Amino acid sequence: MKSSAIKTGNAVSGQGELRSDRFRIEREADWERLDTIITLMEKGKRKRVSDDDVLALPTLYRTAMSSLSIARENSLDAGTIAYLEALALRAYFMVYGPQTTFLGWCGDFFGGGWSRAVRQIVPELMIALLVMGAGTLVGYFMVASDPENFYMLMDGALAGDRVPGASAQALRGTLFGQSEQEGMAIFAAFLFSNNAQVSILAFALGFAFAVPSILLLIHNMAMLGAMFWVFKSEGLGADFVGWLSIHGTTEIFAIALAGAAGIHIGRTLAFPGKMSHLQAASVAGKRAALVMVGVVMMLIVAGLLEGFARQIVDNTAGRYMVGGIMLALWLGYFTFAGRRQDI
Amino acid sequence: MSAAIAKGRTRLGPIEPNPDMHREIVTPEGVILAIRVAAASSRAGALMADIIILLGLMIGYLLILAALAFAFQFAREFLDSIGEFIAVISIIFLFLLRNAYFLYFELGDRGATWGKRANCIRVASRDGGRLTAEAVIARNLVRDIELFLPLMFMVSGAVQSQMTGMTALLGFLWVGIFLLFPLFNKDRLRCGDLIAGTWVIEAPRRALAAVVTPKDSSRLVQDEMAQSHYQFTADELSVYGEYELQTLEKVLRADNEEALVSVCSAICRKIGWNPGSGQERLFLEAYYTQLRARLENNMRFGKRRADKFSDAE
Repeated sequence: MKSSAIKTGNAVSGQGELRSDRFRIEREADWERLDTIITLMEKGKRKRVSDDDVLALPTLYRTAMSSLSIARENSLDAGTIAYLEALALRAYFMVYGPQTTFLGWCGDFFGGGWSRAVRQIVPELMIALLVMGAGTLVGYFMVASDPENFYMLMDGALAGDRVPGASAQALRGTLFGQSEQEGMAIFAAFLFSNNAQVSILAFALGFAFAVPSILLLIHNMAMLGAMFWVFKSEGLGADFVGWLSIHGTTEIFAIALAGAAGIHIGRTLAFPGKMSHLQAASVAGKRAALVMVGVVMMLIVAGLLEGFARQIVDNTAGRYMVGGIMLALWLGYFTFAGRRQDI
Repeated sequence: MSAAIAKGRTRLGPIEPNPDMHREIVTPEGVILAIRVAAASSRAGALMADIIILLGLMIGYLLILAALAFAFQFAREFLDSIGEFIAVISIIFLFLLRNAYFLYFELGDRGATWGKRANCIRVASRDGGRLTAEAVIARNLVRDIELFLPLMFMVSGAVQSQMTGMTALLGFLWVGIFLLFPLFNKDRLRCGDLIAGTWVIEAPRRALAAVVTPKDSSRLVQDEMAQSHYQFTADELSVYGEYELQTLEKVLRADNEEALVSVCSAICRKIGWNPGSGQERLFLEAYYTQLRARLENNMRFGKRRADKFSDAE
């Protein structure tokens, strides 16, 4: 009985003997075509895919999917099924892959995605700012109570002339008149990559329930507080704040945002609400990552302000003005951009 | 036989993959796709390759700079005037390179860096949806604290000889904890995957292998002869199940003389046939075709048989 079935199969097709083989032979041209298209797309040669092929892609994808379903139920040819499994998976990632282009993503990011993400972490931003304020006070009063504490907070080599007991003359020299100095741009670029690393650290440490992020913020701001005391003790407090604010409003804001992003992840991991821990972590992580891309942009702007604008604007009033304008710009942008699609 | 098994191995690992690594995703069409979580060894290999590539790119960049500086030696003044600019670009370039390398490739259509491609693995979203840019950014920012920052701290500490035994130990402990993190959860997630909602899965690429059953027209006459020669009864075909059928398929695809002979004699012993020598492949092809026809026919009526130990229909 079985042999007669085989004989008939042979007579009908003249090629495959089994029904499952005939099924395969009838469709393998479609599979191979899909394979060729996907291979081209995977290699980044989308332009070499012809218009016909692009139009046929969804149909071919569905053909492959249904072939896989049928083959699983009707065929015992392990080689064919394994091929179809792999092909279907590759086609799936291609058809349901990320569909935004890089430029499209940038447009969405600057047109509201970024500011929306920032608005969603406002409570954490408040915590970060509070912690940073506290850190500054701690640094200030530590050095005020005993100037030797300055070296506990700060690496003497990095501080240069800016140490307790330095003359007002020397301190003033670090604030003004450096426009002629060589290598400021290199220093600014170095600061950028350094600051970017600090902010990435503040963000990424967030998953340890935000504690390391907060400690990092406190430490960094304590150094600032200590520095402020050094200048204030020589009556240069206002000038120091001006020197700092020209890029600091951007830079410190960026570090606060990075810290807030870290705290956001930590808080969500500790209190995920109605979602599972993993789900909550991934939602918070994606939102925080969006904020972080913006943070790196802000740090680049801060680096430019520090490296160039500060040398050009060599007086305190002008520095306050530039710093204030930058702060107003950032606040306005984060408050208003992308409002329309907010809900 | 061992030769046949060695030949049957793919780049993806052993023939019998760890079943704990199997997962399923459901496409919007309702088709269940079987996927496998990438093994820790592939992940490690991919990371290694990526680090070597990054180092190569950085060294290449510096060498090109040095070569340019050497070539333009005559234009010393010009070089001095743009030297600062080049230094700025270099610092920013080296910072961006590390981050951009992973971002660019994992956001691409293959979802994989060069190292991951070489190991046939890719990044995918854990919920089966689209892999978004935010997810890729999140998983790569976390890589910085897992690996690069502690290593850079340690290297710079060692260069400036500020490194005490304690900090070195803590540094290694830190890196060790993060590197081994994927081994302690079933989906092989590292911290970055955890936060970004991604995972790394195998992305096999297979070529469509030829039909095993004879179809070559030039051999048709010979096969016709073989078909009439080798006709098996239902009893002779009922000794094996799907597992044995697919093992036989592997042997036929590998086409190793030694394996063919030993498999042929094993089957003949089982069903009490006496094969003509030199005809092993023809015999096995005929047996394979008829066994598959029988099993597939039963399958259509809902009767499946996993292997020779399961009950016959």
